[in-house]
Amino acid sequence: MHNVLQQLVNGLSLGGIYALIALGYTMVYGIIELINFAHGDVYTLGTFFSLAILGLLGVSNQLHGTPLVIDVAITVIGAMILCGLVGVVIERFAYRPLRNAPRLAPLITAIGVSFILENVMQLWRGPSPVPFPQVFPNPAWVVGGIEIQAKQMMVILFAIVMMVALQLFIYNTKLGKAMRATAQDRDAAQLMGINVNATIALTFLIGSALAGAAGFVSGVYYQSTWFFNGFNAGLKAFTAAVLGGIGNLAGAMLGGFLIGLIEALANLFPNGNQWSNVVVFSVLVLVLIFRPSGLLGESLPEKV
Amino acid sequence: MPLLEMDNVTKMFGGLTAVHNVSFTVEQGAIVAMIGPNGAGKSTIFNLITGIYEPTKGTIEFADHHIEGLPTYQITASGIARTFQNIRLFAFMSALDNVMTGEHARMKAKLWDSLLHTPGQRKEEAQVQARARELLAFVGLEGDAEKYARNLPYGSQRRLEIGRALASEPRLLLLDEPAAGMNPREKEDLMDLIRRIRERGVTVFLIEHDMGLVMNISERVTVLDHGDKIAEGTPAEIRSNQRVIEAYLGKPA
Repeated sequence: MHNVLQQLVNGLSLGGIYALIALGYTMVYGIIELINFAHGDVYTLGTFFSLAILGLLGVSNQLHGTPLVIDVAITVIGAMILCGLVGVVIERFAYRPLRNAPRLAPLITAIGVSFILENVMQLWRGPSPVPFPQVFPNPAWVVGGIEIQAKQMMVILFAIVMMVALQLFIYNTKLGKAMRATAQDRDAAQLMGINVNATIALTFLIGSALAGAAGFVSGVYYQSTWFFNGFNAGLKAFTAAVLGGIGNLAGAMLGGFLIGLIEALANLFPNGNQWSNVVVFSVLVLVLIFRPSGLLGESLPEKV
Repeated sequence: MPLLEMDNVTKMFGGLTAVHNVSFTVEQGAIVAMIGPNGAGKSTIFNLITGIYEPTKGTIEFADHHIEGLPTYQITASGIARTFQNIRLFAFMSALDNVMTGEHARMKAKLWDSLLHTPGQRKEEAQVQARARELLAFVGLEGDAEKYARNLPYGSQRRLEIGRALASEPRLLLLDEPAAGMNPREKEDLMDLIRRIRERGVTVFLIEHDMGLVMNISERVTVLDHGDKIAEGTPAEIRSNQRVIEAYLGKPA
């Protein structure tokens, strides 16, 4: 029982990272019906950008008090802005020219962009894992025999704050409404005075910025990264988006946490960690067979 | 003073000429209609005015500015709104959100305001919402604000589309077959609504198949057939025009 509860805590923090990445997949799919396979690599890029910014700030050890808050804020915001810009550039030059092409063309382009990003990162930081400094003090609490690390709480809280902010943006602002309108009917949205190109670019900006935030969080969580990280994490986040109902924001969050939990619970079995990918992608196959619209796909068809 | 002026506009799709050298004007404050058999090019005219298509030839002036070739969203911002022949509401948004989306072009909030939820942005959202509720009441949907657009009955969806179009504060409102599928009672209400829209200072230009409605409320009627303008005049003149009768009923043997 202890083990189960322990894995639930681990699964929630893992799930927070997947949920942040899954949001980007689902937002882009919602608005232009493209599976942006480069998105996982934008997430890894977020970790790399965070590393670079921490390097510029001269941070290599644990921080405390005010420097902790300031340096972390600069790093997170910096990684989010840089990743957001990368997302906008990818959309502008790789996907926009293919907006009216057959759907296979942008999909293959997305895979190509993914390779480009992976190779650029490999050139930048080499082919081996790169350590990420432990910037947070990481005390652990033992509650009823379950160990909860501070960084796990941080990951979960961070993911929840980002999601709440995104919901507020989508449902309570003019640009959020523009995104929902563009997702539902692009032509009608134009006729409401909405600049559709700018709105699609904004979707990539926000989705990629969330991936950047996830990249920072994962660096803190795993204390290491490597150029190929985004491939696996991206596929799992994609599975999370499909599980929740692709195109559905609440679904992506739910799916992210569920995939995290499923992966963590798989660890309860002997040699479970070697099977976690099998379990997760079996979920993908089962969802595609039995409920292709995802958990929230039909009851809440709101897409962005 | 003409609000809208189309001058020798031609639109070709490959070898097919959908609209051929059509010229006409819409006077400020008028209610005008365009009629014609199916495939005459009426909807193409609306798509040309709203920038969905670019004319192959000819010019379109709105309030003394050339608008041909401008992107659609800028044309909307300049004061032209439309509804669609087959309703195109944002099905998975509430009626209120649909109308608020229509106000998009008039809102000032920038990216930063939206991302940071500045007080100015929140104030604007509140104002826009109040205006949207007022417009819902104007089209008779005050009780349906929170319902998903797709859950509204057909006639209400048509009214909601008009409300959404009015939300962009247009000077010219284009209605594409607003009476399609309506019963006589709903048509009466629609005519009343169109007259009230004109009283708000909005010029109305409609495409319609329902002759009773067209002849009843329009001041001028333009007739299109196979992409050509074949007649223009008051409803009485159109009713007795030989070419119009031929276009609709065929030539006498």
